[in-house]
Amino acid sequence: MATLTNSTALRRKARRERLRTLGFLSPWLVGFSVFFGYPLIATVYFSFMHYNQIEAPTFVGLRNWRYVLEQMPLFGPALWNTLWLVVVMVALRVVFGLGIGLLVTRIKSGVGFFRTAFYLPYLAPPVAATVAFVFLLNPGTGPVNDILGKVGIDAPNWFNDPAWAKPSLVLLSLWGIGDLMVIFMAALLDVPRDQYEAAELDGAGAFHKFRYVTWPSITPIVMFAVVTGVVQTMQYYTQALVAGKLASGVSIGPGTVIQPGYPDHSTLTVPQLVYSLGFQNFNTGAACVLSLVLFAIAMAVTTLLMRRRAGLLSAED
Amino acid sequence: MPRKLAAFASVLSAGALLLTGCANPSTGSAEDDPTKPVTLKFWHGWSEKNEVKAIDASIARFEKLHPNIKVKATGNVTDATVNQALRAGGGNAPDVVSSFTTNNVGQYCSSGMWVDLDPFMRKTGLDKTEVFPKTLLDYTSYQGDQCALPLLADAYGMYYNKDAFEEAGITRPPRTMSELKRDAAKLTKRTGNGGYQRVGFMPNFRLYQNSPDRFFAQWGPDYFDEDGKARLAKEKATEEFYATTRELIRRQGGYGPLETFRTSFGDEMSSQNAFLTGKLAMHLDGEWRGLFMKGADFRWGTAPLPVPDDQPETYGRGYLTGTVIGIAHSSTHQNAAWELVKFLTADTDQVVAFANAIHNVPSTKAALTSPKLDADPTFRAFLDIAQNPHSTAMPPSINGGQYVSSLQDFSYDVEAGKVHDLDAGLRTLDAEIDADNLQAQN
Repeated sequence: MATLTNSTALRRKARRERLRTLGFLSPWLVGFSVFFGYPLIATVYFSFMHYNQIEAPTFVGLRNWRYVLEQMPLFGPALWNTLWLVVVMVALRVVFGLGIGLLVTRIKSGVGFFRTAFYLPYLAPPVAATVAFVFLLNPGTGPVNDILGKVGIDAPNWFNDPAWAKPSLVLLSLWGIGDLMVIFMAALLDVPRDQYEAAELDGAGAFHKFRYVTWPSITPIVMFAVVTGVVQTMQYYTQALVAGKLASGVSIGPGTVIQPGYPDHSTLTVPQLVYSLGFQNFNTGAACVLSLVLFAIAMAVTTLLMRRRAGLLSAED
Repeated sequence: MPRKLAAFASVLSAGALLLTGCANPSTGSAEDDPTKPVTLKFWHGWSEKNEVKAIDASIARFEKLHPNIKVKATGNVTDATVNQALRAGGGNAPDVVSSFTTNNVGQYCSSGMWVDLDPFMRKTGLDKTEVFPKTLLDYTSYQGDQCALPLLADAYGMYYNKDAFEEAGITRPPRTMSELKRDAAKLTKRTGNGGYQRVGFMPNFRLYQNSPDRFFAQWGPDYFDEDGKARLAKEKATEEFYATTRELIRRQGGYGPLETFRTSFGDEMSSQNAFLTGKLAMHLDGEWRGLFMKGADFRWGTAPLPVPDDQPETYGRGYLTGTVIGIAHSSTHQNAAWELVKFLTADTDQVVAFANAIHNVPSTKAALTSPKLDADPTFRAFLDIAQNPHSTAMPPSINGGQYVSSLQDFSYDVEAGKVHDLDAGLRTLDAEIDADNLQAQN
């Protein structure tokens, strides 16, 4: 009898525990369902539908998928630009952020000034920063080309040249490197001093100290910067759109439809194409297909990086 | 496992049902009595002080004639905002909407976003073929569905700098493409360091209103065949059009230098407009540019754009477009909304007064010949272009202006010298337009 009572009490306790756990998890569960689960189901559903957001959706099978993957000429350039930015921008941001981080942790005097100077641009709103960059790099009226011309350098057309538009966006992102600098600075200051002292006693120079002491300590932070950088860059939208609009010189007003990607689709990213398809052409099905392709790529790259990170961590441990 | 599968299937089914439910935008009705008191919401794109003043005066005239109908106007509204509001529906969505571009009419009609106006015209005895010019009726309908009406038109022609012409010894504006190429080269002035002081005629497709469809109108092309398939590769004029633009570019210094010069231009609608500041001697633009030319420190004139050498009889033609107006599918006051649309588009005195006020071309046959119209000769040139039988507008498409965007993208590549096989490129462009149109069909 006592055993039975005990087992009932245990079951009740376990149920209470489960309910309590679910209670604590409920804000996340609600958020996950509303902001991830539902949109994901909706995206999959609409990817098989013809839906112009006025008439009722109709089932079209794989037509939207075939259209995006086989017939839509902008899919290739948009995917290429996005992947180009993921590789080049993320790599340079990590290298540059780490470099600045190393610099500001080593400086002996005026450290406050330099840390502020490097962090300050990050605080500029993305649109304002982009407007300023397009103005500075305007090939006809901008001061940068004016100065380069005076010292005899044949300056490029920056945002107006398809070959230079993406590098110009990378320059803009490097200018706002403050966020990464702060993260790397924290990681660098966290490296145990005694390890450096031990390395010095072993006769290690600056390179060897970085290679054998600093790098292993900051690897998790570097991986964090790479993974978050990849995810952010996969969603790259605002700066590319604003830069393209401004550099094209098109007067924006009622009746004007701005095609993103100026010049020659060189700044067209997948998120911009999703917006253009979904909310300019109201081609919901194709926009959903494109979103799912981007989602799949982002998941694959992130999983790969996370596995690499796990491998690195276990190797270091 | 089967239980889990069943649960997953239930979630999916519930999700699909929920999505289907969400995917039904609100629908309106034409059951209202237009003599009963009502407040209409009217969204339009005008934003300049004089334009807002003119549209408000038009609304005041309407309210005087229809004391039971109040109109709440909202200006400076973009097509994107209208599109999204009409899709979202709800109590704050507009009843009457206008757009500055005719590009989207095909999409508005085919999707039912703007209601068919023919039943309203029949009900109130308005014969559209008697009131509106055919070209304007064509660009406000799609496959027999007249979901919009023209509310003033825009005609495109040439603005030219008379002082620059005099300086270069040119006595009149060019009438053929050969004359245009010759005059453009004569009028171009370079600076010592290889830059430009002035360009004769910049054909670059990214310059202000220079989208390729506007200049291409001088050849009078057919974009689609009888079956609705794109036929730019089969259109003989296409090759000549691109050859002309490339030759114009070559004779004035090349694409790269011209593009660099273009980036130094100020905003189109500002006092830094390149024609107004003397950086362009000839310029493709619409009739409204005249309003912005008051402060010019040089003498200027207007003329039709030149035509191909082998079509001299078509001189005087130009590209036509305009503001369009319609009734939102979600409006529950569609009969009252029609009263406003009818007044703004078909009342001759109203159309003339509004056209004079904002310097646009009137959009009815009676208003175009009205003696009350602005007598300014620089404006009259555009009235003639609007009435020229060879003038053309872009054909509406189910996919809105997507084919115009595709043509633009292709044209950017052509002018930059990236298209080495024009014929193959045009065939690919046609296939792309057809695929896009097919994708837009239900």
